Amino acid sequence: MKNSGPNEKGLLRIENANKSFGGVHAVRDVSFEVQEGVIQALIGPNGAGKTTLFNLITGVFPLDTGHIIFNDQDTGDKKIFNLVSMGIARTFQNVELFTGMTVLENVLVGLHVRTKCGFLGAIARLPNVQREEKEAREKAMHWLDFVGLAHAANNKAGDLAFGWQRSVEIARALASEPRLMLLDEPAAGLNANETGQLGDLMRQIRDLGVTLLLVEHDMSLTMEIADRIVVLDQGAKLSEGTPREVQADEKVIAAYLGA
Amino acid sequence: MVFTLFAAVIICTGAALEGDYYHEQLLTFIGIFTLLAVGLNMLMGYAGQISLGHAAFYGIGAYTTGALTVHLQWSPWASLPCALIMAGVIAYIVGKPTLKLSGYYLGMGTLGFGMIMHVLFREWTTITGGPNGLVGIPSLSLWGLDLSTGRNYLYVVWGCVLLTFFICDRLVNSRVGRALRAIHYSEQAASAVGVDTAKAKLQVFVFSAVVAALAGFLYAHMVMFISPGTFTFLASVKLVAMVVIGGMASIWGALLGATFLTLLPEHLSVFADYEMIIYGGILMGVMIFLPQGLTRGVLDIYEKFRAKRKGTVED
Amino acid sequence: MMQELLQYLFAGITNGAIYAVIALGFSTLYNATDLINFAQGEFVMLGALLLVTLWLQLGLPLPLAFVLVVLAVGLAGILFERLAIRTVRKPDPIVLVIITVGASIFLRGVGMVVWGRDPMAVPPFSELESIEIAGAYLLPQSLWIFGIVMILVVALTLFYKRTLTGKAMSACAINKRAASLLGIGTERMTLMAFALATGLGAVAGIMIAPITMATYDMGSMLGLKGFCAAMLGGLGSLWGALLGGFVLGIAEAMGVGFVSSGLKDAIAFLLLLLILYIRPTGILGVKSSHRF
Ligand SMILES: Nc1ncnc2c1ncn2[C@@H]1O[C@H](COP(=O)(O)OP(=O)(O)O)[C@@H](O)[C@H]1O
Ligand SMILES: [Mg+2]
Repeated sequence: MKNSGPNEKGLLRIENANKSFGGVHAVRDVSFEVQEGVIQALIGPNGAGKTTLFNLITGVFPLDTGHIIFNDQDTGDKKIFNLVSMGIARTFQNVELFTGMTVLENVLVGLHVRTKCGFLGAIARLPNVQREEKEAREKAMHWLDFVGLAHAANNKAGDLAFGWQRSVEIARALASEPRLMLLDEPAAGLNANETGQLGDLMRQIRDLGVTLLLVEHDMSLTMEIADRIVVLDQGAKLSEGTPREVQADEKVIAAYLGA
Repeated sequence: MVFTLFAAVIICTGAALEGDYYHEQLLTFIGIFTLLAVGLNMLMGYAGQISLGHAAFYGIGAYTTGALTVHLQWSPWASLPCALIMAGVIAYIVGKPTLKLSGYYLGMGTLGFGMIMHVLFREWTTITGGPNGLVGIPSLSLWGLDLSTGRNYLYVVWGCVLLTFFICDRLVNSRVGRALRAIHYSEQAASAVGVDTAKAKLQVFVFSAVVAALAGFLYAHMVMFISPGTFTFLASVKLVAMVVIGGMASIWGALLGATFLTLLPEHLSVFADYEMIIYGGILMGVMIFLPQGLTRGVLDIYEKFRAKRKGTVED
Repeated sequence: MMQELLQYLFAGITNGAIYAVIALGFSTLYNATDLINFAQGEFVMLGALLLVTLWLQLGLPLPLAFVLVVLAVGLAGILFERLAIRTVRKPDPIVLVIITVGASIFLRGVGMVVWGRDPMAVPPFSELESIEIAGAYLLPQSLWIFGIVMILVVALTLFYKRTLTGKAMSACAINKRAASLLGIGTERMTLMAFALATGLGAVAGIMIAPITMATYDMGSMLGLKGFCAAMLGGLGSLWGALLGGFVLGIAEAMGVGFVSSGLKDAIAFLLLLLILYIRPTGILGVKSSHRF
C-alpha cells in the first residue's frame, strides 16, 4: 500500500485548520503533517478538539477555514465516503458498529468502497458478482483473523464485549484498504492486557504500510508506540515532536499539571 | 429452494380453490398487499427510512395504466412499463430532496407528498375521472388466454409476488443490502465507512415505488375501476402497519403482515366501525412493546430464552 | 375585485389564526421534548367534539364548557404521554413517528365510534350580525378567534420569559442532561409540555367548530396544516407560529378564491415540501445530527 518514491511532503497535511461550533472555537489554526509510514499520536485534555479534528479530516463536517491535504489532494470538496475510497479510514471514540448485523457483515460494509456490485448487479447475480462476493468474504475473514476475531464472525456485533467491538471497528477500517487510519481513543475501556495487545496490533498495522494517527489518553502506550506526537490544548496546537521532546516541553507539562 | 416450495404452495392452493371465487379473490388481494408491503419493507425495514405516503405510488401505478388503457386504448402490456417508469421517475424526483430529511421531517415530507398526489387523483378530472373514479379499465389477457378468471389472476399476482421476493432476497443478501442495513443503524457511521448513503437511499426508494406501482397496475386491471378513495393517507398507514406487524427487515414478515391485515376485516364483523381503532392500536402496541416488529420481536425473545437456557452468553 | 380580495383575506386570517394555535401546540411540545406529535390534529378534533357534548348536548354555559374541554383534552394528552410515549423502549424518531401516527388513527376511530360519522353544526360564540367592511363581511367569530390567538401568544411568551416553570421548560429543550443536573425534573416538564400542547389543540378545535362543523375526521388535515404553519414560522418560535399560521391561511384563501377550491389542501403541502426542501439543514440543525 506504500506510495513509490520518497515523499518529503507528508501523506496528510493540515494547514491552518479552524472550526467553531456556535461560540466554541473547537479547532483553532492547527497545522501539522503526518509522514507516510509512521505512527503519530494526537494528545490533549478532554475537549481539546481531537475528535473534532478527526471529523474534519474524514469530512464529517467542513472546515471553517484552512486546508486538509491528503496525498497531495485537497479534501475540502470531497464527500465523506469519497475520502474512504481515497484511503482514509477511521474508528470512533464511541464505538459505531452496526449493532444488529453480524461481525462479518460489519467488516463487509468496510469493504464497500473496494467492491462494485450495484443494484442491478445484486439482482442479476452474474458470475462476476458472485466472484466478487466470495472474494469479499474471504478478505473480510482475513481481517477478522488479523484482529483475532475470526471465531466471532457470525455473532451479532452488538452482542460482543466492548473490547472486541473495538477490534471489529479496526477490522472494518482495515477492510477499506486505507493508507491512513485514524484511531480515536482505541484503548479507552480496555484492561492492561488488552491494551498491550492493541499496541502490538497497531505495530502490525503499521508494518502493513498503513500510516496511523491516533488519539490516546493512555500515556504509557502513546509514549511507547508513537514515532511523533502532536499536543492540542483548547483547540490550538501546543507542542509537537518526538515523545521525548514532548515530554520535556514545559508548556505541555504546565497544561497537563495545571489542568 | 424456499422459493420453489413457495411456488408449489401457491399452485396447490390455487388448484384447491378452483371455483371458490370468494377465496380466490381474497388471496389475490393478499398478494397485491404483500407486494406493497414487501416493497415498503425494503425502504422502511431495511434502510430505516419511513414513508407515510406510499399509497401515492400505488395510485400512480393504477392511474397511469388506467388512463392509458381507458383514454388512449393502449394495451395493458404497453402501459405496464409506462406505469412502472412513471412511478420510478416521480420517486426519483421526489426522493432526491425528500430523502435528505430524516426522522419526523421525512415522515412529514412523504406524508405531504402522499396528500398532494391524492388531491391530484381527485381533482385532475380529465385524466383521473375525479372523485367518481375511472371506469372501464380492461382486464388482462395474454395470447388469447383470459387472465381475468379468479385462478388465472391469482397466479399472475402471486407470480409477481414470487418474483419480487426473489429479487428482494438477492438484494438483501448483497453489498447493496448490507449498505442499506448499515444506514438503518447509523446513517452517519455508514457514510463514514464509505457508503454513498444518499444514492443507496434513493435507489431503494425508487425500487419500492416501482414495486408499489406494479401492485397498482395489478389492482387496476383486477377491479377494472379505480377511485381516489383507495389511495389515501389511511391506505399509506395500513401499509406501514403491515410492515410493522410483519417485522421490519423481514421479507416473509411482509407476507405475514399483509395476510393478517387483509384477513382481519373479513373475520371481524364489527371491523368496519373499529377499523381505525384497531389499526391505531396495533401500530402503537407493536412499536411500544416489540419495536422490531412482531416476527422479529417474537424471534428475539425466543432466541434470548434459548441462549439463557443453554447458558452460552458470550462475553 | 377589491371587495373579493378583502373577503378572502378575512377568511384567510380566520383560518390562519386557527392554524397558528395548532402550530403553537407543535412548537410548545418541540421546545420541551424535541418530539413532533403526528396526533396533534386529533386533539383538535377532540376539543371540537367535546365542546359539542358539553355545550350543546349537556347545556353547560360556554365559558365553563370551554375550560372543561381544554382541561379534559390536556388530561388526554397526559394520558397519551404516560401510556404511549413514556413506555417506548427505543425512542428513535421512526418509532415515535409510527406511534403518534398510530395514536392519530386510534383517536380518530374513537371519535367516530363515540360521536358518529355525521358532521355536527356548532353555533358561533356570539349571535351578533356580521360586520361589513368595504363591502366584505367579517364574522364576529373571526374576531373571537383573532382575540383568543393574540391572548395565547402573549400569555405563552410571558410564560416562557417570566415564570420559573416556563424557563425550566426551555432549559429542558436546550439540554436534557444539563437540565436534570440543575434539578429540573425533565419528566414533569415533558408531561406538562404534552398537556399544554394538547390543551392548545383543544382551544383550536373549540374555535374552529362554529366555522367548519365538528367531525371525527377534521383533525388530521388541521394537524398537518398546523405543522406546516409551525415550519413556515420556524419550529419552536411562538411569534413564528403566529406568522406561519397567517401566511398559510391567507395563501390558502387566495388560492381557493382565485385558482380552484379543490387545490386548497394541496397548497399547504406544497408550501410544506418547499420549506423542507429549501432549508433541510436549517431545520435539522446541529441538534438532530448524530455526534461522533
Ligand atoms: N458536533 C459538535 N457540535 C457542537 N460542539 C461540538 C461538536 N463536536 C465537538 N464540539 C465541541 O468542541 C469541543 C472539542 O470537542 P472534541 O473534539 O470532542 O474534544 P476531544 O475529542 O479532544 O475531547 C468541545 O467543547 C465540544 O463540546
Ligand atoms: Mg474525543
